[in-house]
Amino acid sequence: MRRMGFFNLAALALGFGFLYLPIVILIIYSFNASRLVTVWGGFSTQWYVAMLHNGQLLDAAWVTLRVALLSATLATVLGTMAAIALVRRGRFAGRTLFSGMVAAPLVMPDVIIGLSLLLLFVAIGFDRGFWTVVIAHTTVTMCFVAVVVQSRLASFDFSLEEAALDLGAPPIKAFFLVTLPVIFPAVAAGWMLAFTLSLDDLVIASFTTGPGATTLPMRIYSQVRLGVTPEINAVSTVLVGIVTAAVIGASLFTWIRARREKRPAA
Amino acid sequence: MSMAETRTPLQRRIVTWIPYFWLLVFFLAPFLIVLKISLSETAIAMPPYRPVFDGLAGLWAKLAELSGANYEWIAGDPLYWHSYLSSLWIAAVSTLVTLLVGYPIAYGMARAPAAWRPALVMFVILPFWTSFLIRVYAWIGILKPEGLLNQFLLWTGLIDQPLFIMNTNTAVFIGIVYCYLPFMVLPLYATLEKLDPALLEAAADLGAGAIARFWQVTFPLSLPGVLAGSLLVFIPAVGEFVIPDLLGGSQTLMIGRTLWNEFFANRDWPVASAVAIVLLLVLVIPIVLFQNAQKRLGEER
Repeated sequence: MRRMGFFNLAALALGFGFLYLPIVILIIYSFNASRLVTVWGGFSTQWYVAMLHNGQLLDAAWVTLRVALLSATLATVLGTMAAIALVRRGRFAGRTLFSGMVAAPLVMPDVIIGLSLLLLFVAIGFDRGFWTVVIAHTTVTMCFVAVVVQSRLASFDFSLEEAALDLGAPPIKAFFLVTLPVIFPAVAAGWMLAFTLSLDDLVIASFTTGPGATTLPMRIYSQVRLGVTPEINAVSTVLVGIVTAAVIGASLFTWIRARREKRPAA
Repeated sequence: MSMAETRTPLQRRIVTWIPYFWLLVFFLAPFLIVLKISLSETAIAMPPYRPVFDGLAGLWAKLAELSGANYEWIAGDPLYWHSYLSSLWIAAVSTLVTLLVGYPIAYGMARAPAAWRPALVMFVILPFWTSFLIRVYAWIGILKPEGLLNQFLLWTGLIDQPLFIMNTNTAVFIGIVYCYLPFMVLPLYATLEKLDPALLEAAADLGAGAIARFWQVTFPLSLPGVLAGSLLVFIPAVGEFVIPDLLGGSQTLMIGRTLWNEFFANRDWPVASAVAIVLLLVLVIPIVLFQNAQKRLGEER
């Protein structure tokens, strides 16, 4: 193996420094005793205590969590169905339109998706609130799930499923016992992607929400517009911590699984 | 066709039709409504535009009422022209800077020992999973006049007056480069990692120096990744709202922000709809380019 040159190491160190330094600074200053975010006034966890006593913030976090759980689950079911339809059902009427609609939200600006869904809800007289945000997030994230699952299905050996069908398994049973276990990592990754996209979304939620359904990004955004506060740093640190733990955990899980699968062959 | 196809046409069809129907109702129909409202006149009412549907009978009457007034309004007002052009400009500059920053990182990753690479890929993806809003917010504390960057530069003595970066286009560039860097690095890494080292060795044997090897072998072979990464940064950057709103100043015009203000501040829904339709038209060419690039990458695999 060739040794890495100085240039490559420097590029990696600077690149990862750029990616991580702002987040590290944000985390450090969440423990700042001073109210001024940029002046260090000693170590303190007071902002975490303040965060836990901020009712509006906790309400928003609870709304966001429920929206994300519901929309990610719905999106995973719909997105997996869409992926199966696109991979398995060769040609059917309206296929071009279907695959276009699955691909479009991936590149569509959020402001357009948000605006168009809001106008739909107004046109049909649907009261805006919790459920409209769930529908909006499901619509966008199901397309991300479909893309992730589609790429896994493309290499799936469908003769396995057909064997189960030939042996008399009902199609639904064949799917749950044969296909799903094989594509499960992709389905799980799709769910996680949908979940984090929903947690993160500000623009689409702002357009489609109504009274009583303020999400955490909306709450953070309105506070950030008023100025930087250590309390927002504390909230951010908690969110970053949860996501980091989840991503590293999922990576370790797939890594261990891959190693275990390799062993019998070796 | 397979046995399954003939045995269970109904179940297969249900699997297709449920997501299909969902997208027709919640993705396609809303667009048609936006298109329709962009062609209607503003009415001072709640909702602030004239009704969209009242039966097929009124359809012809409605068609006659369609007006291009909102588009004329957009075309006539320099605010919108400036917003579109400045969005394209800001997105283009940011994409170029992201490429310049991202290429060495992707190159370094592709040359790293094979055992490190999965971890390096994970560390590039990790910031993508953390909240976009939080990553933009993190820069406010750094770029403010009394922020950490100025504190640091004043301390080193490089400057004796704080730099005013916050609330300028420079801050928007930094924000876009930072937030979209993973989108650039990953496709670049994918093409650079596949590059056969034997090609570089052959070039070296033929007497090519390091610089010639890079420009004549590595870079041309990484072009599909350059194109895919650039479009993945450029397309969302054009319609970006959060970054110009939080980091940009009052003079930072970007179309996502103009649309937001048109909608939330001015409550002019027909004009906001027309702005959205024009934004889509602006993005059609890069989106088609991107889909072609993706198809080509897929075929190579």
